Amino acid sequence: MTVTETRVITKRIHDRPEDSWTIDGALASGAYEGLRAAFAMGRDAIGEEQVKASGLRGRGGAGFPTATKWSFLPAGSYPRYLVVNADEGEPSTFKDRMLIERDPHQLIEGIAIAAFAIECNLAFVYIRGEFALGYERLEQAVAEAKAKGFLGMNILGSGFDLDIVVHRGAGAYICGEETALLESLEGERGMPRIRPPFPAIEGLYAKPTVVNNVETISTLPHIVRMGGEEYAKLGVDRSTGTRVFSLSGHVKRPGNYEVELGVTFRDLLYSPELGGGITDDRKVKFFIPGGASSQWLTGADEHLDAPLDMDFLEQNLGVMLGSGAVMVFDETVNPALVAWRLAKFFADESCGKCTPCREGTGWVEKVLYRIAHGQGRPQDFDMLLDVCDNISPGVTTAPFAQTTICPLGPSVVSPVASLQKYFRDEVLAMCTGPSTIPVSAS
Amino acid sequence: MMFTPENLERARAIVARYPRAKSAILPLAHLAQDQDGWLSPEAMREIAALTRVEPAEVLGTCSFYTMFKRDPVGRLVVSVCTNVTCLVTGGPEVLEHLARRYDDDDVYVEEVECLAACGGAPAMQVNYEFHEGLTPEMAEEIVEAYKRGELIPRGVSGGRVS
Ligand SMILES: Cc1cc2nc3c(=O)[nH]c(=O)nc-3n(C[C@H](O)[C@H](O)[C@H](O)COP(=O)(O)O)c2cc1C
Repeated sequence: MTVTETRVITKRIHDRPEDSWTIDGALASGAYEGLRAAFAMGRDAIGEEQVKASGLRGRGGAGFPTATKWSFLPAGSYPRYLVVNADEGEPSTFKDRMLIERDPHQLIEGIAIAAFAIECNLAFVYIRGEFALGYERLEQAVAEAKAKGFLGMNILGSGFDLDIVVHRGAGAYICGEETALLESLEGERGMPRIRPPFPAIEGLYAKPTVVNNVETISTLPHIVRMGGEEYAKLGVDRSTGTRVFSLSGHVKRPGNYEVELGVTFRDLLYSPELGGGITDDRKVKFFIPGGASSQWLTGADEHLDAPLDMDFLEQNLGVMLGSGAVMVFDETVNPALVAWRLAKFFADESCGKCTPCREGTGWVEKVLYRIAHGQGRPQDFDMLLDVCDNISPGVTTAPFAQTTICPLGPSVVSPVASLQKYFRDEVLAMCTGPSTIPVSAS
Repeated sequence: MMFTPENLERARAIVARYPRAKSAILPLAHLAQDQDGWLSPEAMREIAALTRVEPAEVLGTCSFYTMFKRDPVGRLVVSVCTNVTCLVTGGPEVLEHLARRYDDDDVYVEEVECLAACGGAPAMQVNYEFHEGLTPEMAEEIVEAYKRGELIPRGVSGGRVS
């Protein structure tokens, strides 16, 4: 079966490759019509009716229902803030960068709709520091939107005021975690906060705050324009709508593809207009379905034929759709090497606040290093599992079980749990040391 | 170094955007780094005064973030990704080649985590401008084009410097 894209939030990008990010290009392709519709239907109809009916769930990783998140804001408590999470740092995720660089007006329109719905007059976009072009385009777009009256005072005569501050991060993956992001936005080191209180109650400057991902917010103009029920007809069960999947690694056509939820991994990897098959027509050895924090799947039919459905994957295969990044590795790849590099990532990016993560990620990285480089000792694998059990008790449930404040530490356990599930024999065969690479040396 | 009069004006406008001045530490550090080519102790003191906190707090915050260079790094910061997609498509070879080729005061080569350019892996940035689909030779040629002035670099914090 071949599947093609269902372009909702990537439509303008494809229709107008020459000017999708400019105000003229955006206005010529329907920008800000959703905002007009939102003002026409009134504040209460947006969250409680349209977004709720759409079934929209967060695209940042956790898949939390957006309307429910908004409903947690305490009544009568102001000011409220909307913070857009544009820190995109989950390895192999590159959809938000595209949405920002190529369609900043769609994002601004979504921000205006969300801010109107939750009664917020000052919104922030926390954009990853390395996204210099994205920052520039977004700043430019904010200025254009202000000049046209889509931002500022009394927007389109609605009586609603909104300003947007675009705030650059400075190189820290952890700042994608929403409470670390808020710390960072307050000028602090980006270290996660203990929850509760949740940001909806005490977020930015201890005020009620909604944090939503770029893709989540970019979807709002379409939900308002189409109607929530109509949007919910796309997708499958509780995974409604479309998502943009960042497909990378050993596929013929890596890139971002917007598809209806419910299509299978095989569709995504092999359809001629999507992944186009595996490089040099080799076989899939394994793939990581939802960003580096997710557990892995293999080239087995039951995995390739699994649907891109958040609940199905979590309940049946113990993996998450996460940030929508799908990394594909062919038969030539040493899975221990990939696990090591992911562990190195989490060790590099640990903020150091929680001991199991600060210490554990480093040890996991060191042990995996020598295993991946043919220097493992026979007892290494079990030692690895033991260390992991202290970060994510039960190991195989990582990253959902944790001894830490945030899931960064437990995410290092996902690759190890995946090795244990699918490649234990292959990894043990690499562990015939005595090792000449001690793990105690730096 | 102190902010130039023009940048000082920009800095004050940035501080005014936030409900609390301390929020402006990161944007001001980017501004200072684009101006000076690194984040000096003097700049951090000035940022402290502008955001009404102690200099130690500015250092405390800025030292958390890898983009801030607290030693001079030269004119070009070359950031090469070696995370998993780049790992299996040649990123480490690009890094190794550039690190060996450029051991000077003008070009600073660093290994970085995923840059969100995996569709075009292997990828790197030069002063936060993306370059994708690289081989070691192409990567060197791109750096050379910056050195020759055929490509105009951003500031070392990724901003436009006039
Ligand atoms: C370590 C870590 C990194 C994260 N990075 C991001 C990120 O880069 N972008 C993002 O939108 N969410 C990220 N998240 C998820 C956020 O904490 C949060 O759930 C999300 O921004 C909420 O938006 P949504 O409900 O629209 O998905 C990260 C979470 C963790 C634990």
